[in-house]
Amino acid sequence: MKLDQAAKSLFLTEFIAAFFLSMRYFFKPKATLNYPHEKNPISPRFRGEHALRRYPNGEERCIACKLCEAICPAQAITIEAGPRRNDGTRRTTRYDIDMVKCIYCGFCQEACPVDAIVEGPNQEFAVETREELYYNKERLLENGARWEREIARNIALDAPYR
Amino acid sequence: MTRILVDGVEVDVPAEYTLLQACEEAGAEVPRFCFHERLSIAGNCRMCLVEVKGGPPKPQASCAIAVKDLRPGPDGAPPEVFTKSPMVKKAREGVMEFLLVNHPLDCPICDQGGECDLQDQALAFGGDSSRYAENKRAVEDKYIGPLVKTAMTRCIHCTRCVRFTAEIAGTSDMGAIGRGEDMEITTYLQTAMTSELQGNVTDLCPVGALLPKPQNFRARPWEYQKTETIDVQDALGSAIRVDARGREVIRILPRLNEAVNEEWISDKTRQVVDGLKAQRLDRPYIRENGRLRPASWQEALGTVAAKTKATKAEKIGALVGDLAALEEIFALKLLVEGRGSANLDARQDGSKLDPRFGRASYLFNASIAGIDEADSLLIVGSNPRKEAPVLNARIRKRWLKGDFLISAIGEQADLTYDYDYLGAGPDALARFIESAPTASAKRIVLIGQGALTRPDGRAILALAAQAARKHGGLSEGWNGFSVLHTAAARVGALDLGFTPGQGGLDAADIAKAGVLDLVFNLGADEIAIEPGAFVVYIGTHGDKGAHRADVILPGAAYTEKFGLYVNTEGRVQEALRATFPPGDAREDWAILRALSGALGAPLPFDSQKQLRAKLGEAHPHLLRLDQIGSASAADLEAVALQPATAWKDDFAPAITDFYLTNPIARASATMAECSALALDRLKQAAE
Repeated sequence: MKLDQAAKSLFLTEFIAAFFLSMRYFFKPKATLNYPHEKNPISPRFRGEHALRRYPNGEERCIACKLCEAICPAQAITIEAGPRRNDGTRRTTRYDIDMVKCIYCGFCQEACPVDAIVEGPNQEFAVETREELYYNKERLLENGARWEREIARNIALDAPYR
Repeated sequence: MTRILVDGVEVDVPAEYTLLQACEEAGAEVPRFCFHERLSIAGNCRMCLVEVKGGPPKPQASCAIAVKDLRPGPDGAPPEVFTKSPMVKKAREGVMEFLLVNHPLDCPICDQGGECDLQDQALAFGGDSSRYAENKRAVEDKYIGPLVKTAMTRCIHCTRCVRFTAEIAGTSDMGAIGRGEDMEITTYLQTAMTSELQGNVTDLCPVGALLPKPQNFRARPWEYQKTETIDVQDALGSAIRVDARGREVIRILPRLNEAVNEEWISDKTRQVVDGLKAQRLDRPYIRENGRLRPASWQEALGTVAAKTKATKAEKIGALVGDLAALEEIFALKLLVEGRGSANLDARQDGSKLDPRFGRASYLFNASIAGIDEADSLLIVGSNPRKEAPVLNARIRKRWLKGDFLISAIGEQADLTYDYDYLGAGPDALARFIESAPTASAKRIVLIGQGALTRPDGRAILALAAQAARKHGGLSEGWNGFSVLHTAAARVGALDLGFTPGQGGLDAADIAKAGVLDLVFNLGADEIAIEPGAFVVYIGTHGDKGAHRADVILPGAAYTEKFGLYVNTEGRVQEALRATFPPGDAREDWAILRALSGALGAPLPFDSQKQLRAKLGEAHPHLLRLDQIGSASAADLEAVALQPATAWKDDFAPAITDFYLTNPIARASATMAECSALALDRLKQAAE
């Protein structure tokens, strides 16, 4: 046992092994990304920033059924509903998400019968003040308009598994 | 009683019970859509199928087959019913699949979603998927009035609404046209329903076909904070549930109370909710140079206190309106009597009822449930359909059972049942007293406020007592002398003795110009106080009383305070707080307590608990909740002996517009719409 150890010390085998290990990693491709310029691929199921979608003809999808509000475990969603002025259909007059409360569990998009509220692929919505994270309906619809292409693609990609 | 086995559990039930009732008795759950305890049996939804042994060898609609229709076994074994057998399960799944064939899948936009019988039963008794791929039926929505919204595609034709309007409401507004797939529920010509109880069809509808229109898309059933309280729109004190979302009352639903309202409430009770938000007084006001300006509580109370101190006791008066609870009436009485004034009156309509004649002289002694056991009814100067629609439905229910002779004196109105019309005025009542007595031993003599608010009201009261005494209204164990009030606060105020004291002035005199210098007006809006006096208005709405006021102290409405009310039978009930009063408004008793503090003579209580304790000391029966305090029939003998020289004038109706009887209802847009519709109907009928 002692002899074994002595031989290792004498021939610097561990030292050399460590050196080779370092070299191997040195020449391997890097795991870290140069973040804002490089990004990881994300799953179509990724649950990021919320968005309210519209139908291709521009009609809001949301019908104010309040199922997302009911299921939200963090109680981050607040909805007020009423008949819409021009045609009397059931619409939200207020749709707020408190993004600070939200835990991004995705229950809201699961509960939604019309795929109106979705968690899109966007994760880069850091802001400087808390107030900016209280999203209202306008902001959410704007998100929907901005991310519609990605959201639609993600839903289509995930559809076979639903 | 018949023995029957339900799922192996033996129960003993009356032979006329339906199988469905027998199953309930045994604790077995039977789904149903068309069956309702208070309606006739239709047997058309087929959801309540059960398997029977001792009957036909196919699934039976348990609502439509009676226990006595089943044969016992060969050796006298009791008939058997199965509610959980495979046959029943399959039958129910089949029925549910058929019901869902034409039912749209629009639960997310349906207001019934979350409290829908079809949703619940489809989950509990239905299959897991649909095999129906064809087009669904679509039905045009109908207009049936301002209170009920229709979505007729959702209708499953249980006909509960049709049976309700025909049987309970007695107006036959609705019906079904067409057969099979073409069947549609409608009011035939798309006219508005005429019943004062029409709102109840929205509760009866097991799906979302009939929904309350004013609450359209407002809230989901799981969002409500539910408060079980009582209603003050009429003097019945119907049991209601107030559903609030956040700080806002969204809807009012009936609660079961067999002794008062069974499970119905009138449209005014139900849809007055928007009146609780409009025209509210949310801060004190003081009149300066003829205009009301907002003020702080301190300033307003200071102004009232200074005026009170500067006014001589006999120049102070107090009026109590129709919606006040016992607490504030009691506090106001202590306050005004403490100043040494006897000018108190709660009878703003000029009613001649007086607690001096004994409690029996102003109560609905027969009790509302007593209508069911009465054998005849005399209506004097009342239109119960307008004054208490739910009570009217009870009278109709008794009338439908048969052997119930109804006669009426006064307005000849459509009461939804047949009656002998005896005449329009007191002479008809006198003729009735002179007529030969019938065999009736349990007669109700129902006296409305239309007969009592006249100057000769006391004589009418005496005549009515005579009529009751002579014609079977007052017999052993039966007191049928029944005063129907129109104001929720009235009986309580009379119980508390809020009437002119020794040498005091009554409501009409208090309101007269130049008689008094200071009038405390606790929500009395149906009386015009003439110019002259300084009026302190404590109330909830910017109505007549507030327009006349010199100082306005904003109070709490009946859904915003804990308060005791006594209904027309003398039943003490408590209203609970569902939401808080708006803005700076406070509970009325607390306002009066604060005012007494500003006067330097604080009332002897600091909390509502202490106030109730004081109230209980003075009037023990007013703290016995849900009980009718004693009223001695002997008092009525004395009333009957009073001189009774009545005038010749016809009895005028106490309520001309059912929908606009109090400040809350007058502030409600829904009630205004209903009122306009009713007026239109009257005009059309006159043409």
